[in-house]
Amino acid sequence: MKILIVDDFSTMRRIIKNLLRDLGFTNTDEADDGNTALPMLRTGKYDFLITDWNMPGMSGFDLLKTVRADDNLKDLPILMVTAEAKRDQIVAAAQAGVNGYVVKPFTAAVLKEKIEKIFERIQ
Amino acid sequence: MPVDRQKGPELDPEITSKLKEQSQELVEQVNAGEYARAMTLINDLSEVRDQSLYREVGRLTRSLHEALRNLQIHPQNPEQQEALSKMSDASERLEYVVEMTANAANRTMDLVEDAMPRASAMCEQARTLRDDWQRLRRREMDPSEFRELYGRIDRFFESMAVDAEKMYTDLSEILLAQDFQDLTGQVIQKVTALVREVEDNLVSLVVMASHVDQLTGTVHEIRDRESSLEGEGPQLRAAERSDVVSGQDDVDDLLSSLGF
Repeated sequence: MKILIVDDFSTMRRIIKNLLRDLGFTNTDEADDGNTALPMLRTGKYDFLITDWNMPGMSGFDLLKTVRADDNLKDLPILMVTAEAKRDQIVAAAQAGVNGYVVKPFTAAVLKEKIEKIFERIQ
Repeated sequence: MPVDRQKGPELDPEITSKLKEQSQELVEQVNAGEYARAMTLINDLSEVRDQSLYREVGRLTRSLHEALRNLQIHPQNPEQQEALSKMSDASERLEYVVEMTANAANRTMDLVEDAMPRASAMCEQARTLRDDWQRLRRREMDPSEFRELYGRIDRFFESMAVDAEKMYTDLSEILLAQDFQDLTGQVIQKVTALVREVEDNLVSLVVMASHVDQLTGTVHEIRDRESSLEGEGPQLRAAERSDVVSGQDDVDDLLSSLGF
């Protein structure tokens, strides 16, 4: 299981990486926005994508839409971990096909619950 | 800002009374068929408008200069402009906040990542020792095993003293890494004060400019920002707003209402 973590703040990437390690996911890579993440995803090496919304360059929402529109990537499970808290945004992310939505600030327990829920659905 | 966008602020009373007086006379002259006199009146009216326009533009320019001076930006002096500008100082200060908070977060995470494996090793050793100790109490241990356990307990106490001390040092360093809050707090308060000052200056400029708009009959189309799908960052006063979720529970409720 290889996971790509996309966030423009290295601190947040590091926190998520640590939490994932505690959950037993040690195989992770990092990208700082959608433009960096896309070519990495297109290598086909990733099984799971965790992305922030608000990033310079390509936002997480655009990344979500691009991934869903890509025939090779469209089934990739995506968890959004973001400070974006408007109802319209959450609805839009759901309609664009996000698999889970965690609003910052979050706890380790919430992240764990959402990730497990996504895997449960996939299996 | 208390300025009514539809009507704008009142014009100079002198101008408005002239405007009323002359426009009334204009109507009368036109009705009476005195077209030459009516044309003169139209000229007079536009002169009144021009003069007050110049006056308002003059005022606006003065206020603009005043506002720039208040911000300590000296456009005549480009090489000093950068150094003297409070705004560039403010951006620098905010960059300092970003840097300080990032440093503190990284320092804390370094220490935590360093301490975590030691804590779990300590936990693991204690667990094994507890199990062996219980076997000893149940007299399930032969003498050679006991001698081995004896040595292990000795080493455990030894390493426990060292590791616990290191952990204490790490924790107090983590505590110290939080000192950024004091420094960044002060910086942010200064920048907030500057932003307020800029806002006040801008508001008076907008009031001035609206006089000019009124004289020239300019109507600005103010479009509402309606692009909620752009990232906005954390929302303030989330609890008081209905268009914003106030936490993960709200997100979960919303998503489950959508069939998630």
